[in-house]
Amino acid sequence: MTASSQERAQCEISFTVNGKSHTVRVYPMERLLDVLRHDLELTGTKEGCGEGECGSCSVLLDGVLVNSCLIPVLQANGSEILTIEGLASDGRLQVLQQSFLDCGGAQCGICTPGMILASVHLLNKKPRPTLEEVREALSGNLCRCTGYMQIFEAVADAARRGAAT
Amino acid sequence: MKRSPIVGTSVPRMEGRSKVTGHARYVDDMALPGMLHGATVRSRIPRGKIKRITFGPGIHWNEFVIVTPEDIPGKNCIALIEDDQPCLADGIVNHPEEPLLLLAHPDRHLLSKAVEAVSVEYEPLPAIFNIEESVAQGQIIWGADNIFKTYLIEKGDVDAAWQDAAHIVEAEYTTGAQEQLYIENNGMIAAYDPRQGLTVWGSLQCPYYVHKSLMKLFALPADRVRVVQMETGGAFGGKEEYPSMIAAHAALLAMKSGKPVKIIYDRLEDMTATTKRHPSRTRIRTAVTTDGKLLAGEIEFTIDGGAYKTLSPVVLSRGAIHAGGPYYWPNVRIHAKAVATNAPPHGAFRGFGAPQSLFALERHMDRIAHVVGVSPEEIRRRNFLRPGQTTTTGQIINEPIDLGKLLDRALELSSYHAKKETFAKENEQANPKKGVGIASFFHGAGFTGSGERFLASIVGLEACEDGSLRILVSSTEFGQGTNTVLCQIAAEALGLRYEDVSIAQPDTHEVPNSGPTVASRTVMVVGKLVQSAALGIKNTLIASGMLSDSYSPEEFRAACRAYFVKHGKCRSVVQYEQPEGVFWDEEQYRGEAYAAFAWAVYVAEVTVDLTTYSVTVDDFVALQEVGKVLHPVLAQGQIIGGVAQAIGFALYEKVIWDRGRMQNGQMTNYIMPTSADLPPIRVYFEELGNVHGAFGAKGIGELPMDGPAPAILNAVEDALNISFRSIPLLPENIFAALSERATPETVPTSPRGNA
Repeated sequence: MTASSQERAQCEISFTVNGKSHTVRVYPMERLLDVLRHDLELTGTKEGCGEGECGSCSVLLDGVLVNSCLIPVLQANGSEILTIEGLASDGRLQVLQQSFLDCGGAQCGICTPGMILASVHLLNKKPRPTLEEVREALSGNLCRCTGYMQIFEAVADAARRGAAT
Repeated sequence: MKRSPIVGTSVPRMEGRSKVTGHARYVDDMALPGMLHGATVRSRIPRGKIKRITFGPGIHWNEFVIVTPEDIPGKNCIALIEDDQPCLADGIVNHPEEPLLLLAHPDRHLLSKAVEAVSVEYEPLPAIFNIEESVAQGQIIWGADNIFKTYLIEKGDVDAAWQDAAHIVEAEYTTGAQEQLYIENNGMIAAYDPRQGLTVWGSLQCPYYVHKSLMKLFALPADRVRVVQMETGGAFGGKEEYPSMIAAHAALLAMKSGKPVKIIYDRLEDMTATTKRHPSRTRIRTAVTTDGKLLAGEIEFTIDGGAYKTLSPVVLSRGAIHAGGPYYWPNVRIHAKAVATNAPPHGAFRGFGAPQSLFALERHMDRIAHVVGVSPEEIRRRNFLRPGQTTTTGQIINEPIDLGKLLDRALELSSYHAKKETFAKENEQANPKKGVGIASFFHGAGFTGSGERFLASIVGLEACEDGSLRILVSSTEFGQGTNTVLCQIAAEALGLRYEDVSIAQPDTHEVPNSGPTVASRTVMVVGKLVQSAALGIKNTLIASGMLSDSYSPEEFRAACRAYFVKHGKCRSVVQYEQPEGVFWDEEQYRGEAYAAFAWAVYVAEVTVDLTTYSVTVDDFVALQEVGKVLHPVLAQGQIIGGVAQAIGFALYEKVIWDRGRMQNGQMTNYIMPTSADLPPIRVYFEELGNVHGAFGAKGIGELPMDGPAPAILNAVEDALNISFRSIPLLPENIFAALSERATPETVPTSPRGNA
């Protein structure tokens, strides 16, 4: 593809990521995941399967939990996105991050960003979820290390500490 | 000054903060200036001669870097036990997905099209795909007889025992392949500089395995090959040997192009091309007395190694040694065999052969109980190994383990007897059926036999300019907690604070070879070396007059700083020495197979739904003796995670093969347990200590993989009164067995082919 045809195929997309506005020139069908990781260098969002099964690439798009590997960046135009990098502020961990750390909710760490965002999404909707609700809410995020029990504990711990924002 | 202990407490995970904030750097998070992206062209047939390779139309091939076997400077092999696996197939392919050629391009989006455009003409050769075909030797595909390795373990006089048997119980058991399914796919970045040599950064378990294989492939000396481990997103054995292949590929492209090259597998490539747990077949024949005592056993343990030898002999060894379980066999003969098939090589996966042979044995113990007419718990109790008795290899049990007591506690924790009684009553109703099952087992920690002596691991510790300590090991963190526990051990050994100790990123230019991070050896073997290296630092500081015998952490730091000003970094380096009196005969396969065993009794409770034919695990009790728990949260995490993975092995995870190629290489159709699928997994520890391990610890990483599958199938038998002998056990298997058992008018109808 020549440089000018590449220019023509691309378009301008504007969105807010972690409270900061960005405008990027990208192909409209590029995956939101790739734009976050490559264009914005926000590599905390991970790719595990590329087909919406594992949830490692979870982000919040206008408050909705999505798999960023399935979202064409065009769809994110004008939206507000929260990634794992947007949770801690001034070096202080968000409550869920602290609870994951304390309870053993993160082992290898690759599912952790997505798992924490799924938990943020849950606690925003249900500040005091039951165990059944936690199991259900996290069932789109696969973890191969923990067997999930310590993740459930982390979410319960964060709920007790008032993680809901 | 006495401080509260660090070992035994749940300090924060060393690299935990970077993981929960998304700042941890995995290989795909790294980019180098001018970096190209690499891809692998792979075989599409199981076996054949390569006749012609054509680069098809529609691709600007001049923009691509292309690597063929001719570009390999040294020997075309991935060096491991034997040099039989090529880095790039040259003239002949022996399995589907075997690497043939490598491509690199600055735009990674163009690579998949280019890979598709390479067409290969083959002269197909007949291929074999399972243990039966391999053993039949209708086609010889490896060596003279398709056999990678055999072992014979023999104790007592097996042949004489059959005539005294009240019962002879025999059966065959099989286990399927299992994908490790770490959530981070494999990946590597390589750079080449004609003066400095090769550097690779990657997702891997064993930096020095990669180092060794790159030296041979490139004919480079040790100091011109550098391997750096990035944060690694799960491994489970799956990143033990195959990363050497990917590093080799990235490095060949980097050398040819003169630019850094990144290769990141997508999920499909990772699942179809890289290693899995060895499929197995175990035949057990046992002679038993009227009261259920084991008189003799003849065990035939066979594993499918795939197309090349890789680690199969070592997997076979562990499987064979564990085949007798935690029981006393006066007479036993174990024939073990690893055979070749035209599938991608099977490899390391948590448990390493033991989950396969122990599945067979623990199902067989229930079978014996049934034949003899005693309960499953009683048959185990009557045959448990006791202190002073010997294992199948003649190793004397010299720790005060009381398996009977462990069993009692597990039964109590799980309310086993009460459940058994209730379920027996309630199962008279048609649906659902419930059951409970147990498995008792052990897992040897560290390398088998003389393995640790040959590894001769080296561990370093240094006191830095700011007075803090840094651990230098090639032992890697991939979720288990290596960083945390090794720092705890050093801090505890010296009476320092946890924050006073850090650990170096594994980099072969920086850290000595403390051996591979496998075999549940890190805490026990490497940890013990860290402990003694720590004492070395203390002794040096005291000898130099900069530290007194009793000191505070602040005084220790000050002494390190003072030492640095005068002499530079205070360093302590120690090497593994085999404890005295440890005997292992590699020829006869007799002696002390492992420095320590962890012991366990697991209890599973299941529901079998006779509408969907699915099995749900409702409750799981995991009780184990592990020497000493160094970090309660991490230790629990290891056990829970292992049990979850083993529930997948038992009930969900089936690799569908077609002519040696995995057909369901996606997370959509290869099903691992989700958060909604698992029962409460209740973990309990006992601690007997262990003289060979740091602060008494034994290895625990693999243990939880061994017991759940047989416990679950034993529970299913309790529920249905049908003996299943093969895993994974899927709803269609249960449907088939129930249909076979049912009389025609009660055969349930079910939608077929939908599972």
